[in-house]
Amino acid sequence: MNDGPLYSVTALFDTPDAIIRAAEEVSTGGYTKYDVNTPFPVHGMDKAMKLRQSRLGIFTFFFGLLGTVSIVGFMTWVTVTDYPLVIGGKPFWTWPAFVPIAFEITVLLAAVLTAITMIVLYFRFPNVSHPLHDTPYMKKVSSDRFGISIQASDPKFDEAAVRELLRSLGGKEIAAIYFDAEDLSHRQELFDPKFLGVLALTAVVVSGATYFSFNTLLDMQPFSWMSEQNKLKAQMPSDFSKDGIGMRPPVEGTVARGFLPYPFNGKPEEAGKDLVNPLLPTPAVLARGKAKFLTFCSPCHGNFARGDSRLQGQFPSPPTLHSDKVRNRPDGSIYNVITEGQNVMPSYASQILPEDRWAIILYIRALQRAQNAKESDLK
Amino acid sequence: MSTAAIDYTQEVPLIEGRPRASEIDATIAAPLDEFPKRGWWIAFAVTASMLAFGGYCAFETVWQGLGLWGINIPVAWGFDMTSLVFWIGIGHAGTLISAILFLLRQHWRTGIARFAEAMTIFAVICAGMFPILHLGRPWLPLYLTPYPNQHGVWINFMSPLVWDVFAVSTYFTVSLVFWYVGLIPDLATLRDRTTSKLKKIIYSIFSLGWRHSNRHWHHYERAYLILAGFATPLVLSVHTIVSFDFAVSVLPGWHSTIFPPYFVAGAIFSGFAMVQNALIFVRQSFNLKHIITLNHLEKMNQIIIVTGSMVGYSYLMEFFISWYSGSEFERFVFINRALGPYAWAFWVMVSCNVLFPQLFWIKKIRRSVPIMFVIGVLVNVGMWMERFVIIVTSLQRDFLPSSWGMYYPTIYDIGILMGSFGLFFTLILIFVRVLPVVSIVDTKAVMEGGQPKHH
Repeated sequence: MNDGPLYSVTALFDTPDAIIRAAEEVSTGGYTKYDVNTPFPVHGMDKAMKLRQSRLGIFTFFFGLLGTVSIVGFMTWVTVTDYPLVIGGKPFWTWPAFVPIAFEITVLLAAVLTAITMIVLYFRFPNVSHPLHDTPYMKKVSSDRFGISIQASDPKFDEAAVRELLRSLGGKEIAAIYFDAEDLSHRQELFDPKFLGVLALTAVVVSGATYFSFNTLLDMQPFSWMSEQNKLKAQMPSDFSKDGIGMRPPVEGTVARGFLPYPFNGKPEEAGKDLVNPLLPTPAVLARGKAKFLTFCSPCHGNFARGDSRLQGQFPSPPTLHSDKVRNRPDGSIYNVITEGQNVMPSYASQILPEDRWAIILYIRALQRAQNAKESDLK
Repeated sequence: MSTAAIDYTQEVPLIEGRPRASEIDATIAAPLDEFPKRGWWIAFAVTASMLAFGGYCAFETVWQGLGLWGINIPVAWGFDMTSLVFWIGIGHAGTLISAILFLLRQHWRTGIARFAEAMTIFAVICAGMFPILHLGRPWLPLYLTPYPNQHGVWINFMSPLVWDVFAVSTYFTVSLVFWYVGLIPDLATLRDRTTSKLKKIIYSIFSLGWRHSNRHWHHYERAYLILAGFATPLVLSVHTIVSFDFAVSVLPGWHSTIFPPYFVAGAIFSGFAMVQNALIFVRQSFNLKHIITLNHLEKMNQIIIVTGSMVGYSYLMEFFISWYSGSEFERFVFINRALGPYAWAFWVMVSCNVLFPQLFWIKKIRRSVPIMFVIGVLVNVGMWMERFVIIVTSLQRDFLPSSWGMYYPTIYDIGILMGSFGLFFTLILIFVRVLPVVSIVDTKAVMEGGQPKHH
């Protein structure tokens, strides 16, 4: 400790009057690199030390200006250019509404940046390795004494002369303060393993926390956007019912609307006899029939029901619907084929609504008639 | 000299008993050096349990949802906004004392400024908690800030609620900076007098290496002046903007131009009452009676009468304007306020805010610690009631009589309010143990013999 070159010679004084006089004498004596340390600001010291007025206010002015200009510019850009939105029928650029925020941001930037400028730019803080730290001198000026410290780097510095000057001013406990050699030689190594370790640890902690937050934490209660709720979801088990199934089955014998039971299962003849097409071939019905035919029937039977789809040759060829057999079939019989299926054709009952089946049948009839048009149809 | 011939041009000494500078260090730093006594632990146990209960209620609110609160249509703002405005108001005394009284060269502020500034910061923390909990999803307040997002949407800069976010966050940040800048020299003094190694490291870090250098004091005093100059309009702007949350709406009882000055006066009123209350405990328990003197408390009581009278004038003026406006809705709201279902709250407010503080005109009461303590508590009850009355009575009688309703707070509302008091006093109890409650540097600067004689 304190084994380096000389930093300064210090002296302590008891009263504010004495320190003011000492500061005046030292500054008129031509010393420039000296400092006065007092436990609180002493009135008149600026004059005694011949310090210029602090220019901190100039920085503050520009910081405040920066705040005003940037926030007003930003709000203008948002409300006029980027996101113009009519609010209460007012113009996009309603400057009176900008006043509160402009004021706040001006104060924020001016105050915070002034404090930072003072601490970092003027004081060169944080700095805890100054030679004055941890000296008896520092401990006293921190409490109740007033000290002056003349630095060895001053061009006029001469240790004996300085000691004599301070003694003549009434200074007590005159002492020399030395640099800490270790502090002077201290270099911050980029590849210092300690530094690299801290860096790596920070990286791991930050990335781990980020990963955890985005991938796990956000899916946990209560951050999960109310996905966990005190309600029963479909397919979920429940203790409420005896069978442990959450969803309740319908009461026995329930018939869903539009799904009357089909009485002709395995009875195609009866279906052909008893079932009658309930629809009339209106343009709307035919259009619907066409749409459903193209969706469900055309993949095998072809767009015009000729049985000429691309399945031909790779599959038991789908039959044409223009054969006499089909043309002479009653509507009910065709309905039964769609509902139950036939040969390799599966049932379409689960895919096509009963009404749509009838519409498809009407469309097939229209196709059949178009393929075998009579003279009278052309009139 | 007889008492009749007191020389009023002679200022009363700010610090009694002529302590030496080193004694000031020792007195102010004493609470930081000794292990807390039983009284402190009892107080801490009480406030920490209040905080814990509030924390539980807040946790339930977040976990289960806002349905646990008493708010509903038509009264969608209840204890939450009442307490937000209340706490922001409490904070105002700190900045007023530290900034406005500094600019006005009121040297008596040194005894109370540090504590009041700390109270500001803690009160704003309590205040900020309420709107964030009221969001229901308190992890999403980012949406209140203008940040570029995928939706291409920006916040509405014409909304008073957005102004509020900017005002309160700026207020908090600037208060914190102001407080910290004031603390740096004190932390350096503590660094140099402590004997504990750990404390020395902590104080060294936070004092940033301060050396009490006059080349630094020179800029430091300028910076303090600049910060005070900014904090002064800031403190007036914050409650103005909070009052805009109400005044800019079109609700009868809220839509009023008197709100900004009325709210600022009320804020200073309640803030001073809170500072006075807390300081009575601090000076008693830490033997600071000669530094925080009876004269300080008396001066604070004088400010309480001034601001209390301003608040009383505002109450009268609100009633006068509602009659003078000729608007039957305005008139109805004010008649409902004084005579309707919440009349009890209104009369509690009037008696606590307007009547009791007037007792401070009597010097004996102004200087009696127990009486001023009771009046201080009543003022804060009254000021909380004021915000409750303003918010709830205007909302509970909607424009459509079919949607009229009442507000019933639940245990969660009450618990969170209690928790905010717990948080506030817990922070204060910790503060008085880790940082000097009175500015060491400022106290030394105003002690007798602290400044040169020929200047």
